[in-house]
Amino acid sequence: MNYLIGAFKPACNISITFADGKNRKQVPLKKENGQTIMVPLFQSQENISGKISIEPVLGKKVEHNGVKIELLGQIEMYFDRGNFYDFTSLVRELDVPGEIYERKTYPFEFSTVEMPYETYNGVNVRLRYVLKVTVSRGYGGSVVEYQDFVVRNYTPPPSINNSIKMEVGIEDCLHIEFEYNKSKYHLKDVIIGKIYFLLVRIKIKNMDLEIRRRESTGSGANTHVETETLAKFELMDGAPVRGESIPIRLFLSPYELTPTHRNINNKFSVKYYLNLVLVDEEDRRYFKQQEITIYRLQENS
Amino acid sequence: MMVDGVEDEEKWLAAGIAGLQQNAFYMHRALDSNNLRDALKYSAQMLSELRTSKLSPQKYYQLYMRAFDELRKLEMFFKEETRRGCSIIDLYELVQHAGNILPRLYLLCTVGSVYIKSKEAPAKDVLKDLVEMCRGIQHPVRGLFLRSYLSQISRDKLPDIGSEYEGDADTVNDAMEFVLQNFTEMNKLWVRMQHQGPAREKDKREKERSELRDLVGKNLHVLSQIEGVDLDTYKETVLPRVLEQVVNCKDEIAQCYLMDCIIQVFPDEYHLQTLEILLGAFPQLQPSVDIKTVLSRLMERLSNYAASSTEVLPEFLQVEAFSKLNNAIGKVIEAQADMPILGAVTLYSSLLTFTLHVHPDRLDYADQVLGACVKKLSGEGKLEDNRATKQIVALLSAPLDKYNDIVTVLKLSNYPSVMEYVDSETNKVMAMVIIQSIMKNNTQISTADKVGALFELIKGLIRDLDGAAHDQVDEDDFKEEQNSVARLIQMLQNDDTEEMFKIICTVRKHILTGGPKRLPFTVPPLVFSSLKVLVRQLQGPEENPFGEEGSTTPKKVFQLLNQTIETLYGVPAPELALRLYLQCAEAANDSDLEPVAYEFFTQAYILYEEEISDSRAQVTAIHLIIGTLQRMHVFGVENRDTLTHKATGYSAKLLKKPDQCRAVYACSHLFWVDDQDNMKDGERVLLCLKRALRIANAAQQMSNATRGSTGSVTLFVEILNKYLYFFEKGNTQINAAAIQSLIELITAEMQSESNSPDPAADAFFASTLRYIQFQKQKGGAVGEKYEPIKV
Repeated sequence: MNYLIGAFKPACNISITFADGKNRKQVPLKKENGQTIMVPLFQSQENISGKISIEPVLGKKVEHNGVKIELLGQIEMYFDRGNFYDFTSLVRELDVPGEIYERKTYPFEFSTVEMPYETYNGVNVRLRYVLKVTVSRGYGGSVVEYQDFVVRNYTPPPSINNSIKMEVGIEDCLHIEFEYNKSKYHLKDVIIGKIYFLLVRIKIKNMDLEIRRRESTGSGANTHVETETLAKFELMDGAPVRGESIPIRLFLSPYELTPTHRNINNKFSVKYYLNLVLVDEEDRRYFKQQEITIYRLQENS
Repeated sequence: MMVDGVEDEEKWLAAGIAGLQQNAFYMHRALDSNNLRDALKYSAQMLSELRTSKLSPQKYYQLYMRAFDELRKLEMFFKEETRRGCSIIDLYELVQHAGNILPRLYLLCTVGSVYIKSKEAPAKDVLKDLVEMCRGIQHPVRGLFLRSYLSQISRDKLPDIGSEYEGDADTVNDAMEFVLQNFTEMNKLWVRMQHQGPAREKDKREKERSELRDLVGKNLHVLSQIEGVDLDTYKETVLPRVLEQVVNCKDEIAQCYLMDCIIQVFPDEYHLQTLEILLGAFPQLQPSVDIKTVLSRLMERLSNYAASSTEVLPEFLQVEAFSKLNNAIGKVIEAQADMPILGAVTLYSSLLTFTLHVHPDRLDYADQVLGACVKKLSGEGKLEDNRATKQIVALLSAPLDKYNDIVTVLKLSNYPSVMEYVDSETNKVMAMVIIQSIMKNNTQISTADKVGALFELIKGLIRDLDGAAHDQVDEDDFKEEQNSVARLIQMLQNDDTEEMFKIICTVRKHILTGGPKRLPFTVPPLVFSSLKVLVRQLQGPEENPFGEEGSTTPKKVFQLLNQTIETLYGVPAPELALRLYLQCAEAANDSDLEPVAYEFFTQAYILYEEEISDSRAQVTAIHLIIGTLQRMHVFGVENRDTLTHKATGYSAKLLKKPDQCRAVYACSHLFWVDDQDNMKDGERVLLCLKRALRIANAAQQMSNATRGSTGSVTLFVEILNKYLYFFEKGNTQINAAAIQSLIELITAEMQSESNSPDPAADAFFASTLRYIQFQKQKGGAVGEKYEPIKV
């Protein structure tokens, strides 16, 4: 009986610890089940090292066909849930086939790991990094343990960062000129700009600046696009007249933004737009959307 | 509809207040527990109530004030928060995360206030940021209140000189720049209100705008309170900038209010020194702006300033205030071609007041103003506008009030020209003002020229001006006016006979144009005024009044008088003329001019014979003639005889017997003049009295015949009294026996059956008898004389 019961339990407990686990920054990560856990934060080109310890349950020996650790970068489309596409896969063999009688510890190290993409949790797609330890067994199934971690990549301030300046309008109705001070903003940045009214023949009620995120997944005919409005920020109250110039100052920090992701492994893209919306007294909306690039600026280190 | 609107508004206000209070409650709780996040959340929600568009400015204000109070608490909290270590810069960012702009900006201003106080950044930078960010509110009412809030919280934090927030070298400029910018934006919003919403609600909008105007004007007040705004800064920056905004906004209400505001909030001294700039703006204002009121108030202020201290007067001269104002007014009037005449006149009136205060010695200035006014009026014709005429009266009264002297005013050559343009009614009013001024100040108008000018001025009273309908004129008013003229004539005096004569001639010339209605009022004072000249000549013993060089002889005066009185024929006013003739005759008597006196009597007699037909008037006239004639001593025997003969003749020809009787016994005095021995003709006295008795008798009989009663014995008693008089005077023809028989006659009459009782006559008679008794008892010569009379 004992044996039988043992067959449905993992034969051993696997724990993964990172070498600098105590000092490394932990960030929250939302799991599929909705729970948020704290996981360590890495960036590309870092060494990922640590220890694996395997402890047989109840002091029984564990027979195995080898122990390995994998570092996986995976993209999961929600319409194809459970089917991961690995864009990165590194393996370290930790042990040759044999038996483990007692707690055994293996150090591991992936040095200067190339992790070009950031962890991302979107509406239709997820990009994740995970360490996967496998104790392979011929029968009774292998024992597998996962450890998620988050990757964020920092970008230096762009050398070219032009302002966005544009004149738009509806003939004989509304002409405006707007300007955002940059085209590329980091996550804690502030958008400075102004809207200049060249011609106003409609009764404007108010004007908002929206930040929209456009997530597109798949490719070709299967492209699926999801747009979310992350911020709705009122810029102006009331009807301006010709010649008025309205200031813009929008702090990005309160919003949950990610960097712009362009064509990640041909699987998905995440883009950000500033949408300037004018609403007239009959609630008609006049808008102009401009893409901005969002990047992660190295925080003071 | 309207009522519903108001009720709805009350409901909305109540809802707004409720929402505000509820969020304020949560905010307080957050403040108490030092929960910054919640404090920001609930304060933003609380301020969201101010986003409403449903309230009128007045109601919105109520809501705003509540929010204002709450924001004070929040500000305290922010201050404590920074003390607890929260960075003010972080706070300044944090409040800007609010999604709605209006709450965001209120919070930003509130934190901004703490930020400035913390001095972690220069006040000017924070202020500049705030005033710039407030541009996001383009809704007029909400924008005005927000900016008003900004103005309120920043008032004590301007980087003014001497302020603890003073910055670098340009600090005043920064303070000023901030207020100016806020002012400009507020004015733009305020003006914009005019053009939003349907046209039919224009009145309502204008009302609402006027409720909000002080929010805008407050900025100018703040500007005037900035220490560092000295005259130079004011001149170089503040005023030009404010004026630029005022002119460019092209809005009637704003221009009118703000110009007035500028004038009221900045010191007089500044106005004086920047007069040119300030005045330069006026012609650029909208034609509908009530410039006259504004400019008038400016001049009023400057006038008061000038009056406040003599030390400031040189400043006025230095800046040539008058000519600048004068030019400006000229330009304004020129620029606003269709400005109603009222406006122009008001302006001139104010300018005149100004120059009278500031340059009392410069009559030419005052005259210049009047001249300009005449020029303007000349293009308009007679004034129709009631208010404009009132202004003209004010304009014309100003110099009188100032100098209290019509003589000075007469020096203003354009003064009469202005009078030309008012209607006759106003002319009269003005003339009365002038006369009253003369009366009040007892002004001496002592040359013929001035008198001429004066009468030209008051011609509205002197003659009918434009054939206006007379039946409209109130009789009492007319009398009042003419009495004033008469009084005026009496006031004209000059000790120099020559000049006085000229004055009289001038007055005469004018009053003769007055027509029959006025002459009875104006001729007598003129006559008496002339007679006064004669009297004075007689009384001036040391100088020879009719010296060789003098061309004004009494004869000339009398000739003039004669001609003057003649004018009354046409009125006709024969009784008055007669009186005046007699008066003149007496004067001629005093001047020892027999022929003249005779002539006057002749005139009087002719009048009596030809013009006076009313019996009662005849009685009065005859007594006047008798009285006057009695006092004449200039006549030779022949002339006197002629005249007395005529007079007695007239007396006997009166219509009623009693009148005849009385006139005849009065004539007795013509033959008995006390102090002239050659004029005591006792016999003719007696003849007169006897004749009177006969007439009295006839009267009795007539009465008896017609009424069956003899009537009163009054006439007899009266004659008895005459007897007694002459008896006492020593007329030998009147003796005790005659008196005795008269007494008996009366007694008999009184006892006769046909006599109707007359208590008055009885008493009269009794008194007379008592008198005789009394004289008898006196003893001495008198007693002796009366002795024979038995009573």
